[in-house]
Amino acid sequence: MTTKEKQFVGVAEVMEEEIPVEEMFLNMGPSHPSMHGIVRIMVRITGERIVWSDVEIGYLHRAFEKSVEANSWNSATIYTDRLNYVSPIINNVGYCMAVEKLLGITIPERGEYVRVLLSEISRIADHITAVGAAAMELGAFTAFLYTMKAREYCYELIESACGARITTNFARVGGICADLPEGFESECRKYMPMVADVIVELDKLLTRNRIFIDRTKNIGAVSGEDAVKLGFTGPLLRASGVAYDVRRAFPYSIYETFDFAVPVGTNGDVFDRYLVRMEEMRQSMKIVYQCLDKLPDGPVNAIDKTVTKPDKTDVYDNIEGLMNQFKLVMDGHGINPPPGEFYQPVEAGNGELGFYVVSDGTDKPYKCRCRPPCFPLVQAIPFMLKDHMVADVVPIFGSINMIGGELDR
Amino acid sequence: MLVTPPNRLLRLVIYKNNIMDIPAYIERLEEKIGTDNLQTNYPHDQLTITVSRDKIQEALQFLRDDDEALFDHFMDLTAVDYIGKQPRFQVVIHLVSIPKSQRIRIKINIDDDSAEMPTITGIYPAADWFERECYDLYGIRFAGHPNLKRIMLYDEFEGYPLRKDYPIRKRQPRVELRKPEVRRSDETVEPPR
Repeated sequence: MTTKEKQFVGVAEVMEEEIPVEEMFLNMGPSHPSMHGIVRIMVRITGERIVWSDVEIGYLHRAFEKSVEANSWNSATIYTDRLNYVSPIINNVGYCMAVEKLLGITIPERGEYVRVLLSEISRIADHITAVGAAAMELGAFTAFLYTMKAREYCYELIESACGARITTNFARVGGICADLPEGFESECRKYMPMVADVIVELDKLLTRNRIFIDRTKNIGAVSGEDAVKLGFTGPLLRASGVAYDVRRAFPYSIYETFDFAVPVGTNGDVFDRYLVRMEEMRQSMKIVYQCLDKLPDGPVNAIDKTVTKPDKTDVYDNIEGLMNQFKLVMDGHGINPPPGEFYQPVEAGNGELGFYVVSDGTDKPYKCRCRPPCFPLVQAIPFMLKDHMVADVVPIFGSINMIGGELDR
Repeated sequence: MLVTPPNRLLRLVIYKNNIMDIPAYIERLEEKIGTDNLQTNYPHDQLTITVSRDKIQEALQFLRDDDEALFDHFMDLTAVDYIGKQPRFQVVIHLVSIPKSQRIRIKINIDDDSAEMPTITGIYPAADWFERECYDLYGIRFAGHPNLKRIMLYDEFEGYPLRKDYPIRKRQPRVELRKPEVRRSDETVEPPR
């Protein structure tokens, strides 16, 4: 031990003797700059060390299920937009797929391709926002601005396809709201390399950044066994070394036909979660390119007059089309799936997003349960925070990528 | 054209045929908890079992540990209110087996009078908040839960909003301004483990 080290040990001993250690209660949130929504984290600390913590949620609860039960099957898609508002298209698609299974219809191949294409663009937007926001909270504001630029490209593509950036209301039961606009493919091929450039820049800024590594490595580590026990899904589970991706484990839509890898981490700490998200964006981009290459021609909506709305030209030009439209939108008419139940899982930005729908044969869902991916993640915050410093709350919370709308529903 | 018309009659026939291939672990489970306590069916090709309330913990323990089942991952817990029917509530649990890549749905029928079932947090710790949510919105009590209190709504909320007899436009009485509570670490509950 050098003299300098001895000096420090001496100081610590003196401090332990003279300064009484007392537990302190600290409230983070409900409204706190580092909280991505409204959530309250309560911690008890001795010095800087967290000895106990608890989470309070429900500030954004707005009765998603009750609202869906009171409206028709097709109206529910607008409520699903508001669940995960960073990647709403995945929510739309998940809900519509569940109802389609109840109805027993399949949608044309082009419709499936368009759904997957836009879902993957949304996933890139979701992950890049998560990474950027988490980096900003650690002081890397440049990274955040770069990611916002990339997200803007993704949103521009989504906006050109469905007219909205966040509240997309894109999927319909039996298809999608509209086919891709003209020139979408070339736009996509123009924007995707720009997003890839941003990911490269982000990689240069963060992956070997000493400050970033020090703040994230071995922080909030969860082993694979614990992650399964705590019900994790998505990037957090994969960062812990468990290769569970709904797109691979239970392929839905047309995901079987794509070539993509499922990245897996080793430590399950914040840094691994960041790496997994970065790699997933590259894989999503791979799927986007494959989609564009293989995009078939043809209709996007199922040709079933009892489910899909008629073309607007039909509605305005002939009586049959008008009647068909009314039969689908009037209260008490509309889609009537036969009585039954279905659970449809999809891979959302944060993990498995499941829709459990129950039909009693009427035009309104009897029950529509959304299995939110970040609910078990937020539940595990006390587990992850244990024996960490107060300053580690921010990177751990950032790595979860909590979405208030999805958590509280 | 790549469109399959909805042919509901055809579908029913297919699903009836599927009932034939029940997995072996379900048969073992049947032996373990008794035939009266278990029903199996395949609505829309999704394996669904209905377990009686008293045997749920035993059944879940079996499904988690059996070598062929290995349902290690808890996915979802919710309830459905079939008002006017007996029993009224149905708690629905979804499990996933990552090693075997399979899914199962477990249902437990619960009558209105007691609205109570044993907690499953002992077997799946991740079910903690899901059970709290179910209690909060449906009023189903989970006996033995370590911290069963409201999660989405505030403590003074009257009624259970997702029950079908709760009117959608019902208003709640105003709540007195509370003094901020001071929590102590010795009163609190351990995080799920």
